[in-house]
Amino acid sequence: MTMSNTILFAVIAIGILALVFGLVLGYASIRFKVEGDPLVDQIDAVLPQTQCGQCGYPGCKPYAEAIADGDDINKCPPGGEATIKKLADLMGVEPKPLDAAHGEEDVKKVAFIREDECIGCTKCIQACPVDAILGAAKHMHTVIAEECTGCDLCVDPCPVDCIDMVPVTQTTSTWKWDFSSSPKGDIPVKMVS
Amino acid sequence: MYPSFDSIIENLNAGKTYTFPGGVHPDDRKSLSNKDSIISPSIPPLLVIPLRQHIGSDGVCCVEVGEHVLKGQPLSQSSSPFSVPVHAPTSGEVVAIAPHVVAHPSGLTEMCVSIKPDGKDTWCELSPLTDYVEQDKSELVARICQAGISGMGGAGFPTHIKTSTSKPVEFLVLNGIECEPYITSDDRLMREHAWQIRQGLDILTHLISPKAIIVAVEDNKPEALEALNIACQDKDEYRVVSVETKYPAGGEKQLIQVLTGREVPRNGLPADVGVMMFNVGTCYAIADAILHGKPLIDRIVTVTGEAVKAPRNFKTMLGTPVSHLLEAAQYNPKKQKAPKVIMGGPMMGFTLSDATIPVIKTTNCLLVPSKKELVDDNAERACIRCSACADACPASLLPQQMFWHAKAKEYDKAEEYDLFDCIECGACAYVCPSEIPLVHYYRQAKAEIRLQRDEKNKAEKAKQRFEARNARLEREKLEREEKHRKAKEARLAANKAKEQAALNKEQTSPAPSDAKDKVAAALARAKAKKAALQAGNADTTSEVSETSPPTDDKKAQVAAAIARAKAKKAAQASNSTEQAVDATNTDTTSDDKKAKIAAAVARAKAKKAAQASNSTEQAVDATNTDTASDDKKAKIAAAIARAKAKKAAQQSDSQTQTVETNSDAPNAEQSPSVNSGTDDKTSDNDEQDEKKARIAAAVAKAKEKKAKQAQLEQSSEQSSSPQDASDSVVDDKKARIAAAVAKAKAKKAAQAKADSERENNTE
Repeated sequence: MTMSNTILFAVIAIGILALVFGLVLGYASIRFKVEGDPLVDQIDAVLPQTQCGQCGYPGCKPYAEAIADGDDINKCPPGGEATIKKLADLMGVEPKPLDAAHGEEDVKKVAFIREDECIGCTKCIQACPVDAILGAAKHMHTVIAEECTGCDLCVDPCPVDCIDMVPVTQTTSTWKWDFSSSPKGDIPVKMVS
Repeated sequence: MYPSFDSIIENLNAGKTYTFPGGVHPDDRKSLSNKDSIISPSIPPLLVIPLRQHIGSDGVCCVEVGEHVLKGQPLSQSSSPFSVPVHAPTSGEVVAIAPHVVAHPSGLTEMCVSIKPDGKDTWCELSPLTDYVEQDKSELVARICQAGISGMGGAGFPTHIKTSTSKPVEFLVLNGIECEPYITSDDRLMREHAWQIRQGLDILTHLISPKAIIVAVEDNKPEALEALNIACQDKDEYRVVSVETKYPAGGEKQLIQVLTGREVPRNGLPADVGVMMFNVGTCYAIADAILHGKPLIDRIVTVTGEAVKAPRNFKTMLGTPVSHLLEAAQYNPKKQKAPKVIMGGPMMGFTLSDATIPVIKTTNCLLVPSKKELVDDNAERACIRCSACADACPASLLPQQMFWHAKAKEYDKAEEYDLFDCIECGACAYVCPSEIPLVHYYRQAKAEIRLQRDEKNKAEKAKQRFEARNARLEREKLEREEKHRKAKEARLAANKAKEQAALNKEQTSPAPSDAKDKVAAALARAKAKKAALQAGNADTTSEVSETSPPTDDKKAQVAAAIARAKAKKAAQASNSTEQAVDATNTDTTSDDKKAKIAAAVARAKAKKAAQASNSTEQAVDATNTDTASDDKKAKIAAAIARAKAKKAAQQSDSQTQTVETNSDAPNAEQSPSVNSGTDDKTSDNDEQDEKKARIAAAVAKAKEKKAKQAQLEQSSEQSSSPQDASDSVVDDKKARIAAAVAKAKAKKAAQAKADSERENNTE
């Protein structure tokens, strides 16, 4: 008798607990529902945002969506190996070498308009995905180097080929400590103490 | 919580200090250079003054090449609050403003002003401010800024930013620790210029109004301590404190911890714990700037190491090339494997890439080590996880973990181990038994992380711009579509309005409709199309339909045939269709031949009358009176009228002919409808419009003439199909003749100009 009572109480208690937790979880799932696909945003955050279209998609976000849908992660030359590695981590897949069909990793460059030769056709302005080119019709154009992502998209439309892609010059503020060019261990005091 | 002010003062009075974790005790090697007094080297043949010598942004150069500058003259202007100017260290000529290798481990170039000294060392006009106590504090701060003073201990933070703090300061600390081995510049400065340091301290005290003032000197510099004690003896509130020698006690955060037991929070400033700290060199420069008006143009630099014969301190002009100082200290290259000069101390300095690099405001030491003083670059061995570095770290970090992650380029994990709290003191590298240059890994990792942050920010900005651009393009597209849609609507509305206007007019001429009407309508449509093409006026089209309708059975059928042919083409012109249909209603009144003939006669008469400039009413009257005449007479009259009209037309009388064309052509039904009681309403119609319409119709007809002739066969076939088949042949003939005549007339008439009066008369 006591035995069956104990079992009964246990079953009732567990049942009530299950009900309570079920309600809490059910409420939480509605109250804290996540809208949208956070994965796409995460992938988009990893991509370099050059908007160059070398991956075959019209911008970084569409490529992020494609990756989320299962496309390859090695189609982004501006991002290079570092981006592929991050994407591999994020997607839980093996990193693979950059797909050469989409271009090769290069040093960072910015567009430069040879202003004497510019005829002011505004074609490059229309091509620039980030509005980094200033100018008006029949007036000289120029690139805002700070805003240029180095996507190359302005080079082809130029009818007079006056746009160069120049490598970004290193300054003391963008310099990376390079072991191959600067000696490592200079703590001379170690030897004498 | 951290110790309270009172307990700290108590401790200081008792001669007790706190301590910081870790720390090392390297051989200080200061005796190499601290025995001799400070001397000034000769003026170098060329001074190279970088425009940026401190943390913050560049100033804007305000001299030109070829300009002669005086000693102490500003070379740049501070453009932002975080920028301080640089000054000419001696008088001379500006020979270049160009990028030059600067004191940076990268060996990269930055913008520099090169001055060729004239050897006279002429000062510009100075304006000392001896009564600074009377002056406004903001004036003093501005002076400090204009003198180009930035922290001379190492980091180079602009001093005027610190002195203009608004936070309450409990402790003003003068940092005379100089804990790094070899360096003795502050030591010598304190020994030789204690009084000026005291003066600078007075100024800072006046500016900051702290509760307590501490002068901290490490206990391995007894002479400096003594000198400062003497200098500060008349003021009790100046506490000269001797601090236990331990590297890196001279670090700002470490010294605060030693003196007050308080820890500066991460990402925080000393002011957050109520402390403000200045280097003795900065203090000396402040006194110079205020009391003597001299800007910061020189500093004490220790040139030491076993590869120089005469290591000592030099009062060096900023911009002096390192090679000039090495010469003054009698550098002996034979003692080195390869030429190597370290700027800064042995623990935190960096190797210079070029001997022409100039001395800047933060250069406290040039170390020229001999072979035996240097660690072999390739001595690095594997980490043995001894954790000696963690014990030595003054910031309580885990250097070993940061090293692993930095080496593996797992920068986010290195950051998790608080990489950015590392002060790069080098204590960990000093104790490392595997000779791992830990600090270099941290520096590299920090630079990489900063760069990645920059890139991330840039990417974010690019993304925003990209999205903004897309949004703009989308918006422009919508705007364009909206514009097009509105234009279309406006067009439709205009058309509708015209239709409505036409309809209103047409409603004034009511008409029963039957099968014939449709034929008439078709014809009207065809005409309307042509008319529309030429006149470009929808109203005109409708009027034409209204006024030029064939209603007689036979004629109508002929006309219908023609009309059908035309209608095929006309079908393409959708615009006029409805109007034509409307017209159908109005054109319906079928009357007998007589009426038409009479009408023709009447018109002919009217024409004459019109030519005689008669009024409309007369014409109408004529029409009414002649309506009763019988067939033959009517026909004859009509014929005469036509003949006359022909001549008249040839005399370039366009309007009448046009009207006659309408009436004589198979589609002449206007007059009967007038007779049947609608004349008032008809005359109500817009005369102008009708006139135009008719002209247009006439022109159209003329053009269509050839086409009609070609289609005549077909027309006659079709004409037999309608109801009144018996009369059709005769009437066909007549109709054709009439039509031909009309067309001929119309052709001529089309060439003529419009005349509204006559048009009205025919009405």
